[in-house]
Amino acid sequence: MSKNVSIKYAIDWTTVVYFVLLVFMGWISIYGASYDFDQTGILDWEQRAGKQFVWILTAFGLGGMLLLVDYKMYNFFAYVIYAVVILLLIVTIFVAPDIKGSRSWLVMGPISFQPAELAKMATALALSRFMSAYNYKVKGWRDLLPLSLFILLPFALIILQKETGSALVFLAFTLMLYREGMNGIILLLGVLAIFLFVVVVKYSEVLVGVDQGSLGMLIAAVTLLLIQFGYALLYTKHRRESLYLIAGVVATVGLTLLINVWYRVNFDYVSVFVVIASGFYWVYMALFRRFRKFWMLAAVSVGAIVFSYSSDYLFEKVLEPHQQIRIKVLLNMEDDLTGAGYNVNQSKIAIGSGGLWGKGFLNGTQTKLKYVPEQDTDFIFCTVGEEHGFWGSTLVLVIYWLLLMRLLTIAERQRETFNRIYAYCVTSIFFFHLMINIGMVLGIMPVIGIPLPFFSYGGSSLWGFTILLFILLRLDASRLERMH
Amino acid sequence: MINDTLHSRRYVIAGVITAIVLLYIVRLFSLQILDDKYKEGADSNAFLKKTQYPPRGLIYDRNNTLLAYNKPAYDITLIMREISDLDTLSFCRALNIDKAYFIKRIAEIKDRRRNYGYSSYTPQLFMTQLDIEDVATIQQSLYKYPGFYIQNRTLREYAYPHAAHVLGSIGEVSQKRIEKDAYYSSGDYAGRDGVEYTYENALRGEKGVEILLRDAKGRIKGKYEDGKMDVAPKAGDNLILTLDIQLQILGEKLLEGKIGSVVAIEPKTGEILAMISNPGFDPSTLVGRQRSKNYAALVRDPTKPLMNRATQAQYSPGSTFKPVQALVALELGGINEHTRFTCNGKGSSPIKCTHSHGSPVDLLNAIEQSCNPYFWHAFRSTIEKDGYGDKNTDFKHSFDQWRQTVMSFGFGHRFEDSDVYEQSRGNIPTEKFYNRYFGETGWRAMTIRSLSIGQGEILVTPLQLANSMAALANEGYYITPHLNKNDTMQKRVHRLSVDKKHFSIVNEGMWRVFEYGTGRRTKIPDISMCGKTGTVQNNHGKDHSLFVGFAPRENPKIAIAVVVENAGFGATWAAPISSLLMEQYLTGKVERAELYNHITTSITNANVKKR
Repeated sequence: MSKNVSIKYAIDWTTVVYFVLLVFMGWISIYGASYDFDQTGILDWEQRAGKQFVWILTAFGLGGMLLLVDYKMYNFFAYVIYAVVILLLIVTIFVAPDIKGSRSWLVMGPISFQPAELAKMATALALSRFMSAYNYKVKGWRDLLPLSLFILLPFALIILQKETGSALVFLAFTLMLYREGMNGIILLLGVLAIFLFVVVVKYSEVLVGVDQGSLGMLIAAVTLLLIQFGYALLYTKHRRESLYLIAGVVATVGLTLLINVWYRVNFDYVSVFVVIASGFYWVYMALFRRFRKFWMLAAVSVGAIVFSYSSDYLFEKVLEPHQQIRIKVLLNMEDDLTGAGYNVNQSKIAIGSGGLWGKGFLNGTQTKLKYVPEQDTDFIFCTVGEEHGFWGSTLVLVIYWLLLMRLLTIAERQRETFNRIYAYCVTSIFFFHLMINIGMVLGIMPVIGIPLPFFSYGGSSLWGFTILLFILLRLDASRLERMH
Repeated sequence: MINDTLHSRRYVIAGVITAIVLLYIVRLFSLQILDDKYKEGADSNAFLKKTQYPPRGLIYDRNNTLLAYNKPAYDITLIMREISDLDTLSFCRALNIDKAYFIKRIAEIKDRRRNYGYSSYTPQLFMTQLDIEDVATIQQSLYKYPGFYIQNRTLREYAYPHAAHVLGSIGEVSQKRIEKDAYYSSGDYAGRDGVEYTYENALRGEKGVEILLRDAKGRIKGKYEDGKMDVAPKAGDNLILTLDIQLQILGEKLLEGKIGSVVAIEPKTGEILAMISNPGFDPSTLVGRQRSKNYAALVRDPTKPLMNRATQAQYSPGSTFKPVQALVALELGGINEHTRFTCNGKGSSPIKCTHSHGSPVDLLNAIEQSCNPYFWHAFRSTIEKDGYGDKNTDFKHSFDQWRQTVMSFGFGHRFEDSDVYEQSRGNIPTEKFYNRYFGETGWRAMTIRSLSIGQGEILVTPLQLANSMAALANEGYYITPHLNKNDTMQKRVHRLSVDKKHFSIVNEGMWRVFEYGTGRRTKIPDISMCGKTGTVQNNHGKDHSLFVGFAPRENPKIAIAVVVENAGFGATWAAPISSLLMEQYLTGKVERAELYNHITTSITNANVKKR
């Protein structure tokens, strides 16, 4: 059977339908967002919707072409593609003009392109190739080291192009690594670190008692103790040891409150003392009772308390003022509605004013009067929220969810390790973009300027996502092709 | 098998994805359906709030003479999205600009790095500070240029081309200031220096707002509730300065053709009567369209007309420091009123005397004759009074005492509680400084002998000098020198670390300067005056001519300090200028026409541009 015939049947049409749906809805939204009263029509080439239409057509063409390539090529040329893209990233740093402070665009005549969008695909291919090597297992640090090099190289180059948002997307690969065997504790530690940072920074100025310490440190300490109890109690089943510890903590807290009657105690010191003391307790257990699992508990406790103490410092000293403000706005510590909080506040107003059914297509006042900045790129979801209301936004979210679930199904049905890893890379990247972008528009994630896949205006991102997806579809199709 | 457990991890991942999507749907539900707050927000967005600018407060002198007021001015603003079919050529002709300038301005407005808050839907400043003549033509034909608007503003106008350094100027606020103070938005004006800056918050008033309705297409649909919700702008508070504008004008005339400064203070109140720095400039040159051009010219001028020498320039005080030195020596026990020292005239060592007089001299004669050796001995016996001690600690202790007492006159630090803009600190050298320079035990009274006659590392500003004279006139205290007549907050009393009983002899010595000494030729008839001239060596050529003093002796009404850079003897320039100013202030007129003509027509520095 000839290849071309088989691919028509082998291709996962469900995914293609989701893809076309999202691209089409995105196009409509861009038209709404950049709609101008004197504008002639949706196909006006001078307008963004018209331009996006061209990008969409070319993306379809590109997707079709990618399906025609022999699937073995992607595996075979993975490193070459990676090397070429890295080279392109380096060149970009030097030749790219300064556009709004970022040096990430290659300008060729009327067309400009962001090589960073290709870097996701290239890194995904390279990682898949490396990790699918015979006998490779993600187990120890030694296995993770070369992987992190693959990820960090484009990450650093994109940081140098002043595109921090696009660079952060490379964190998404940790989700794929988790699926491939990386210890889940690493992800949990990451979540714990973010939690501690947020709590300590947000509540660092909320004082407890009569200036006796900050609420942030107290919450951090309580969280750490709960983790210790939980770990010891549920995971290692050493009930007695954890009960001793609970007794000790209760005694210390009681003693502190007692002393506090006569003498004002600094609760910060007490909470740090309790966590460190319990850390030592686990060290003692590990040393003399030979419960080896407690080593980690001790290390995590001490590390976390050091981290908690330093995050306030990191926040004040290391972050730039504008980054501090963005985080403060996000944590509701500051209402900076004209500066950093402006975008988020306007986007919340636009979405909130949509109500259940929305104001109707092209009737959104907020987005149309340009109260929302970047409304056809990073904040495109506002238009959906305002013009199509709760049902429209939920529909879009559900389609994304269906797409992601479909991609997970595709990933798990692969027999080739290379294909599975690549599928997970694609899923992770899409998920990360979705989570950050919509979270940002809804005001629950910091403002990190990354596009919403298939929705946001722009050829580079549309092409980038299309390439990611259609290489996956091609790889997936090969599964059936072999059977014929 | 490991792969089996890994296989199940897909459920964890699917769970995380589902949880996030659900979380977002819940968030959407709360934003769009539960919360009404954001619908109100959307309403407020459909209003167009147009700022109404308040007139700025007026500035008067101490006799209620108007100094600075407002004149109408116009800004041309544009809303980029509304511009269509622009006939650039006729537009440029109507505004009297060329096309290149037009293109440049449009590019600047669109450049977000320079124009931070740019949006094509909000008004942007195209040209600012135009006069009525500039906009007269375009006002009639504005309908032809949709997207362009005329915004009314007020600009400063000045009654006199004087006192520019005191008044300061107004300019567009910087991005930094907008971030710091929520009152401002891009394109606003605010005081940049002088009292315009110090009293910005009182002078600026409060902006008003006119609320207009907009439809979904952005068109203005008239006033919201017939203007009931509009807020009228509140005019700024007027400011009455302590300056006497006539004295100020005379001072500026007297300094013509010279580089220098004058500060005059009313001793009883600390009110600054005149503060002059020459070369200066006409304050009206920094208003309007020509502002940036004129400003650039002033910046380039090598004589630094923008610098307020009265508060920013630092000089060694030379002999004008001797009265203070005498008081400090009396207080710390280095000398008493009967102490005499020998003077060998030009043969004195280590410091020569520049005047010829008898020997030995007492304090009165020493001040009158400005005897250098006397003050060297007085200084030495003050800081050596307990000897040197182990590792010079006793000596250093005495030196530090000397320094603290000198600083109590207002030297060596800024008047932090004053409203005077941009003061220099001056310098009264510290023990640490000399330790670093000469080593811990490497310096003695001999090493720092220049300090005894006000030379060397000691630096003062004319404001500090005038203030020290106010303290002498008050016999023991000064009130922070200030410029706002109505601000009693500023009237903080600073007591000197010198006992009241020591002042009469020093003031007597300064009175003798005018009766018998270097000031006798410039005495105002029938007024008893106290003063001290100074001729200060420096690294920039001819000696600086300095004078400090106050008058009348019995009931001091004016304390003054005058510096004329690189002009020669203190008695030749600074003393007559002071004398003429005191005459003007005390008698209301200048009768010594010959002296007046001589000073105003003399040029000591050819680089100073005539105004």
